[in-house]
Amino acid sequence: MAGLFSANAWNKIWVYRETFLLGLKNTAISAAFGLLLALVIGVLLGLFATSGKRPLAVVARIYVEFIQNTPLLLQMCFLYYALAFSGHSLGILVTGILSLGIYHGAYVAEVVRAGIEAVPKGQFEAAYSQGFGYPGRMFCIILPQSIKMILPPMVNQVVNIFKNTSCLYIVGGADLISITYSFVTGESTGGAYAPAYLVSGLLFFLVCCPLSSLASMWEISLKKREGRSGGMDKRTERVA
Amino acid sequence: METIRGSIAIITNKAVLLYLLKGVAFTVIIALVAVVIGLLFGSVLALVRNYCNSGKTRIFKWLAVAYIEIFRNTPLLLWIFICLVFCPCPGFLERKLFGLSSAEVKLLFKTSVALILFTSSVIAEIVRGGLNSVAQRQFEAGHSQGFGIVQIMVYIILPQAYRNIVPTLLSQVITTIKDSSYLANVATIELMARIKKILSSAQKYNGLGTVNVSDVFVLFGFACLIYFAINFTISFFVRKLQKKKSDTVSVGRRAEA
Repeated sequence: MAGLFSANAWNKIWVYRETFLLGLKNTAISAAFGLLLALVIGVLLGLFATSGKRPLAVVARIYVEFIQNTPLLLQMCFLYYALAFSGHSLGILVTGILSLGIYHGAYVAEVVRAGIEAVPKGQFEAAYSQGFGYPGRMFCIILPQSIKMILPPMVNQVVNIFKNTSCLYIVGGADLISITYSFVTGESTGGAYAPAYLVSGLLFFLVCCPLSSLASMWEISLKKREGRSGGMDKRTERVA
Repeated sequence: METIRGSIAIITNKAVLLYLLKGVAFTVIIALVAVVIGLLFGSVLALVRNYCNSGKTRIFKWLAVAYIEIFRNTPLLLWIFICLVFCPCPGFLERKLFGLSSAEVKLLFKTSVALILFTSSVIAEIVRGGLNSVAQRQFEAGHSQGFGIVQIMVYIILPQAYRNIVPTLLSQVITTIKDSSYLANVATIELMARIKKILSSAQKYNGLGTVNVSDVFVLFGFACLIYFAINFTISFFVRKLQKKKSDTVSVGRRAEA
């Protein structure tokens, strides 16, 4: 099993532990900044999609469809090579962050759109009747209500963006997976396959598992609450 | 202008185009195989995770939970690397097949195993969602008619569960087609890997002796279009199915009211 039980291989991992932590740090940085960009793009496009103005909605639709239907790996390669061959290379980390943000922006946009559309129409009309302008209506009335719908899938997006940093490998990044791979194939460090993959998998698992469990539990409890209040709504409707 | 003409010459080159289209075929086949096997394996995992609750069988439940959670919370690329080293390749596959060299067949097998293992864990959760959407009273009805647990599953629960998850499963096909591009990281023979390979030797085909930025745009743009065409078609059907489903549900609700 290529060194799973060899003390020598584990020792190698321990000696180079800094390398793995550096990889984790790079992964965390690209995930964090990518998420920030994704949030900006996503909220903007989510608002576009629900604005009721056709051109804006079409722009959001095209963006979401195009990005969601092509692989992240392809987008990242495209961006990286297009920049590199035209002589404007931004560096691997920045390119990675940009493409992660662009890709997940499309998913965040869908999450935000669904959250806004889940708010009852009466809330929009009530806000309008009270003389709220568009920004006031959105940021004071609608978004605070949709946030509970938005947050659980958003946590899932954090997990996904964290895992998707592994795409940086194809452009030669320094994220956790790439560093693990160059560690096990490196000349002075090579050979310790099993321990290295185990450690890197464990690091991913330790970050992602709590988050994804949180997301799924949150979603279940939200559904239960929605079911209860939804049932109430229906009953009142029927009475009315 | 000249560079663009050169780049377009790359994909209008018959040999290159055929090479890429074969890559497209491999992408689709790999994804479909992964989803089909993933559906079988994932169903078993979901059933075990959901219904092995009593006494001794509980150990299987925890194994299924561990499998699903481990694969869901680690990146696919890690599993591709792991399978490259640890996955044994059966001897009969170490030969030329589908016009690939024996090394390529071996690589294809190992990376596909990684994709299948990964996809199974995702599909297991989808199937579990489908199982949970079947009402508890369906079990009771089955029991009252004298069905055994296996019969209840095969004749009553699973058909309903599968029907409920058809749109989600089709979306998973899209995700798997996108995920199969990860296989390009280790130069398996699907579309993305072939695009990269053509790009790295573009100077041979565009007649200019150098790789230009227009080659990047033409080649990756071509790949984008293909992925988009395949996935958009599927997502079109998904939306149609979902619309139909929500229509029937609301009709049902109206009828109930």
